[in-house]
Amino acid sequence: MNKNHQVPSSRSPNAVEVKSKFGAEFRRFSLDRSKPGRFDEFYSLLQHVHHIPNVELVVGYADVHGDLLPINNDDNYHKAISSANPILRLFLQSIEEAVYTFGKDSLTRKKNTGLSAVLRPDANKKKVHVIIGPPRDFRPVSSIIDVDILPETHRRVRLYKHGQEKPLGFYIRDGSSVRVTPMGLEKIPGIFISRLVPGGLAQSTGLLAVNDEVLEVNGIEVTGKSLDQVTDMMIANSHNLIITVKPANQWNNVVRGGGELGGGGTASGSSGRSSDSGASFYGYSSHGAAASMPSHIIQNFPVGELDSDEDDEDLVIEAGGEAEPIRSAPNYSTASLSRYEPHLNLRTTTKSPSAFSISANGTMPASGSSGSLSNINANSTSLSPDGAKERQSLEEDGTVITL
Amino acid sequence: MKRFRRHGHDQRDRVKQELFQFNKTVEHGFPHQPSALGYSPSLQLLAIGTRSGAIKLYGAPGVEFMGLHDENAAVTQVHFMPHQAELVTLLDDNSLHMWSLKGHNGLSELLEIGRFTLTGPPGAPPHVTRVTAVLAHSSGELLLLGTEGGHVFIVEVPGFRELEERNISLDQVASSVPDDYIGRRNLEHVEALQENPSRRNQVVIGYGRGLMVIWDLEKQCALQHIPATQQLESMWWTEDGSYILSSHSDGSYCRWMVGGDDVCEDEEKSDIPYGHFPCKAISKIIQLPTAKGPPFLLFSGGMPRASYGDRHCITVIQSKTQVALDFTSRIIDFFVIRDGAQHTGDPSALVVLVEEELVVIDLQSEGWPVIQTPYLVPLHSSAITCSHHVSAIPLKLWERIIAAGALQTTHYSKKPWPVTGGQNLAPDPPQRDLLLTGHEDGTVWFWDASGVCLSPMYKLSTAAVFHTDADPNDNMNQSTEGEWPPFRKVGCFDPYSDDPRLGIQKIHLCKYSGYLTVAGTAGQILVLELNDEAAEQTVEAKVVDLLQGQEGFRWKGHTQLDVREEPVTFPPGFQPFSLVQCQPPAVVTALTLHSEWKLVAFGTSHGFGLFDYQQKNNVFVKCTLNPSDQLAMEGPLSRVKSIKKSLRQSFRRIRRSRVSLRKHHVNNAAKLQEANARLEAELAEMELAPVQRKIEARSSDDSFTGLVRTLYFADTFLADSSHHSPSLWAGTNGGSVFAYMLRLPAAERRADEAVSAQPAKEIQLMHRAPVVGVVVLDGHGAPLPEPLEVAHDLARSPDMQGSHHVLVISEEQFKVFTLPKVSAKMKLKLTAVDGSRVRRVGVAWFGSNRTEDYGESGLLVLTNQGDVHAVSLPHVKMQVQYPCIRREDVSGIASCVFTKHGQGFYLISPSEFERFSLSTRCLVEPRCLVEEPRPPAASNHHGAPSAHRNTQDAEDADVLQEIQKSLEGEHTSFLENNVKTA
Repeated sequence: MNKNHQVPSSRSPNAVEVKSKFGAEFRRFSLDRSKPGRFDEFYSLLQHVHHIPNVELVVGYADVHGDLLPINNDDNYHKAISSANPILRLFLQSIEEAVYTFGKDSLTRKKNTGLSAVLRPDANKKKVHVIIGPPRDFRPVSSIIDVDILPETHRRVRLYKHGQEKPLGFYIRDGSSVRVTPMGLEKIPGIFISRLVPGGLAQSTGLLAVNDEVLEVNGIEVTGKSLDQVTDMMIANSHNLIITVKPANQWNNVVRGGGELGGGGTASGSSGRSSDSGASFYGYSSHGAAASMPSHIIQNFPVGELDSDEDDEDLVIEAGGEAEPIRSAPNYSTASLSRYEPHLNLRTTTKSPSAFSISANGTMPASGSSGSLSNINANSTSLSPDGAKERQSLEEDGTVITL
Repeated sequence: MKRFRRHGHDQRDRVKQELFQFNKTVEHGFPHQPSALGYSPSLQLLAIGTRSGAIKLYGAPGVEFMGLHDENAAVTQVHFMPHQAELVTLLDDNSLHMWSLKGHNGLSELLEIGRFTLTGPPGAPPHVTRVTAVLAHSSGELLLLGTEGGHVFIVEVPGFRELEERNISLDQVASSVPDDYIGRRNLEHVEALQENPSRRNQVVIGYGRGLMVIWDLEKQCALQHIPATQQLESMWWTEDGSYILSSHSDGSYCRWMVGGDDVCEDEEKSDIPYGHFPCKAISKIIQLPTAKGPPFLLFSGGMPRASYGDRHCITVIQSKTQVALDFTSRIIDFFVIRDGAQHTGDPSALVVLVEEELVVIDLQSEGWPVIQTPYLVPLHSSAITCSHHVSAIPLKLWERIIAAGALQTTHYSKKPWPVTGGQNLAPDPPQRDLLLTGHEDGTVWFWDASGVCLSPMYKLSTAAVFHTDADPNDNMNQSTEGEWPPFRKVGCFDPYSDDPRLGIQKIHLCKYSGYLTVAGTAGQILVLELNDEAAEQTVEAKVVDLLQGQEGFRWKGHTQLDVREEPVTFPPGFQPFSLVQCQPPAVVTALTLHSEWKLVAFGTSHGFGLFDYQQKNNVFVKCTLNPSDQLAMEGPLSRVKSIKKSLRQSFRRIRRSRVSLRKHHVNNAAKLQEANARLEAELAEMELAPVQRKIEARSSDDSFTGLVRTLYFADTFLADSSHHSPSLWAGTNGGSVFAYMLRLPAAERRADEAVSAQPAKEIQLMHRAPVVGVVVLDGHGAPLPEPLEVAHDLARSPDMQGSHHVLVISEEQFKVFTLPKVSAKMKLKLTAVDGSRVRRVGVAWFGSNRTEDYGESGLLVLTNQGDVHAVSLPHVKMQVQYPCIRREDVSGIASCVFTKHGQGFYLISPSEFERFSLSTRCLVEPRCLVEEPRPPAASNHHGAPSAHRNTQDAEDADVLQEIQKSLEGEHTSFLENNVKTA
């Protein structure tokens, strides 16, 4: 795990200088680095020092790379405090008129310090401007998973339709592909992506392209299945669709990171080479995937924890009452509300830090930030030694993790 | 631990083997596209060949055999070998096949034992050996094959050895033809071959041009030439061998004296029966003597071309009586069954195979009535629109239905079924099963589906309730006195529906109470009860508005049916007493009846309702329509543009452009060519444009999400876990399940107090797939019994102590929820795993074939891939899977209906049901034996009644004894074999 970013402040161990900007006004104050407190306290403090008690705020800070990153929960608040070097610059906006966008190179004033230049050698070469919405809308859109176990010519793409307004937005067709067999070249029927709908989820990820051959749907091979069968399989899995494709364009293939399997290492290792900037990589692909995946398919996660079941959230409306999602098992006591609007809970609930760290992780936008990403990940796991237990129940529960 | 689990697996596998087994057992109904008919008087079996290469044999009811030619060619002729259990088929591809009925383990099997294709001399054109006429010689050893080239080849059977030296070549015949015969230059093909019934070495060869030659097979020379000059259609050699009848393409037939001079110049008698004006050909003619009285003359065709050229007629003439039997479809072939032990007595029945049915006419009863067929019934007399199966009918109801049906069949002959070959050895069916089919013309047929023969029991017509354009009495028996030709309509195939709105879409019968509900295309729901007496009733329509005041929609579909306001007399049987009319009058998509609560629930694409048929009062209505769903609103698929339609349109466009081109420049070949090129280009484009499928998650805005797919009554725990109450469940196309709690007044106040319903639950499945079934499982995990089942002591009362579960079956998955608090407990995903979707589902009970008292409830599932699955209850685990129907056969899959004991039916053609079974215990399949016929006494050619057979009974006893013997013989030989091998 790459922990280089966690730069400890040697100069003033206790005070963190804070410069907070709201509109044209600046406020300066300091915080105790060792006792940063909770996010909601911090939030009220900000409202107080700016004299804007009734304005809902979007809080952002400039990190060591000069990127504007959000502060909206305890974890990233702690992260912001701990990484202040030496000054913590805050940028406040009222929620209605938020104009800043978070993300890489999003601040006009860049801090190309030597350190960040070393860490991100490609920062100057490629300046892809990624626009990302306000933090409350952050959620993963797609991911490449199982990079370490798939052949390099294949790509396993996960599309998160859940909670999205965007249509999946692609079409498939019959076709034929050529396979090399001991008997020589053989033409066999296959399923191909035939069209991407502009503005659809599939197109916006940049991970799927026309003429990519579909090999698997949620871990199940499509060979021998008709176009209609594959269509039905994809629609049945549409809430959490994992497609393994053989891209028609093999130039953009992911090259494996050196030696580190699983976890953030793979992600950061491969991110540098992926030219598709829309891609975000995750080391925790293990929480997802289809529920009924046959065990003979090799995955880098245990089959037992598979039942992620977004699609299990059937809605039950009781006679006089309001809608309530069905719990997948009666003995789970986790707040059922959080399944629906996990982001709303981020501010109010402090119960499961591990989950939040992951959601924060999920909000991280682009490949460029992957370094700090893994850092957070590392941070959060170390933060909650007892998190494992909670986490497990959450995984079965399935919602918060997959967002 | 692992070993233990493995052990458990093995055990479960064994249980599965004892419970499930897939078999396609028997085909019910009338073969699709029959193309040939054959009959063996000695076996008493009839054979039907079809255009798809199937050959089916039928004897006494229950005796059925089926064979399929490997070649996918039409069967054009079927000939039984006289006095043998063998038959020869000729296919479209000019191949001949020999089939035989062989005994095996005490049962007969139809096996193909040889095949043969005639080979001509090297270099001969193919028409030389193209077989046009087949004669199975009465010796049982020879086949005479007449060909298109005019030759007659003689082949020894069963080995298919060509006897070249005995062939009758065209040259041999032509050389002896009288010089003045006008057609001698070209005799054309061999049209017909007949054997002299009294001298088996004489055959007559009929050539297409008209010439007939009587040939001596032994001396190999022509005996007589009959110089007819009209195109020959068929020949018949009379019983005594003294006359030959020939029928011709101009609608005439002639009678020729046999013997005497070599060339007989004048036909003894020539007649054009429907003459004066040009007539169509007489395609087949038969004359049979009677012991006392004039002979029967039967022929097909011969109608006046202009006025009745489109009729399909067989004329029967005896003395002064003449009837032209008028069939509703094309005549394939016919034969006559004769009385007597040697089947040479008086004609008793005329069997006619027409394209859509088999009609048997009793020739010995006054008026020649039709004999009702016990099998081969045209299921599609009007197109089948739905089916419903009810297992284990109580005897009382069974008898009442039969009694009602008997009153409908009084015009049929009382004679028993004349085809009596073979012995049905199948055990008596363990229970009485009913199959109900709904038809396009508003009728419901009740079929006895207990055994191998699917026979009609009763026919219910719902059209009488409504005003329709057609007068119900206008088509049958319309013949007036003195009409010529003397037509008589026969057969029940009548595919023309006067009003498609009458079509039956859903049926539900309660076997305990005799209440029946049927629902149709125009949103009409009838509730009927069984009444043994005729009754006059006014059926009042109760209009139910399913839109519930939803604004902004306009129904663009059909209007509702007009109900007769005056009282209508209904014959004994099921009589309607209530009518619910949905508004808008969309097709009814779900229907269920609870006879204990006297409630009927119905649903359309707009919503569902609950009707109290005791108080004739609608309890409540729920609109399920999504306000943005215009498509559902407007009527039956009015805006869905089919690919067929768009193709048609583009063709039309092209054609139009070509027509306009032609108009302007009539001779402009270049332009025409251009248009042709464009057409080709468009066609090519059509082929190139790939078929693609959109991948999109379902949304609430999809079309027809409000369509109600399933309705279900259950007595279960909906509000709390201590009180159970009646409930109604409805599942929609959009993945929603609505549950209503019903409050029924106490039994004594049931007629006065209102039934009330209140919404209790609504489940929206996240995956939004259509809900096709809802089942409540009791505390033991068993499906709740049917209404009144417990009251009749036919089911264990459900466990009301433990917690209930509800199983929701969507097209994509099976999901079990707890009750009363609905939370997901178990599920089985189908589509996500293998891409198939549930098309049909039913609850069935599977009995073990090893342990009499062991059985399990399970789900029978048919997918859109045509596979049947068994799914265990209550754990929803996949048990077995078998391919059943081709996945391209969409109508077959849609027609499938399951029984409660693990069997199923689906349509393999518009007129045939295939029966299959997934159960090891419940199997209905033909088991029958056909005895090898005795060769006739050598001296007995003339069919004099044989002396050594006194009564029919003695004969029967004989046969039975023989069967017994042969069965034992099988056993002993089997035992001996065993001993030997041991």
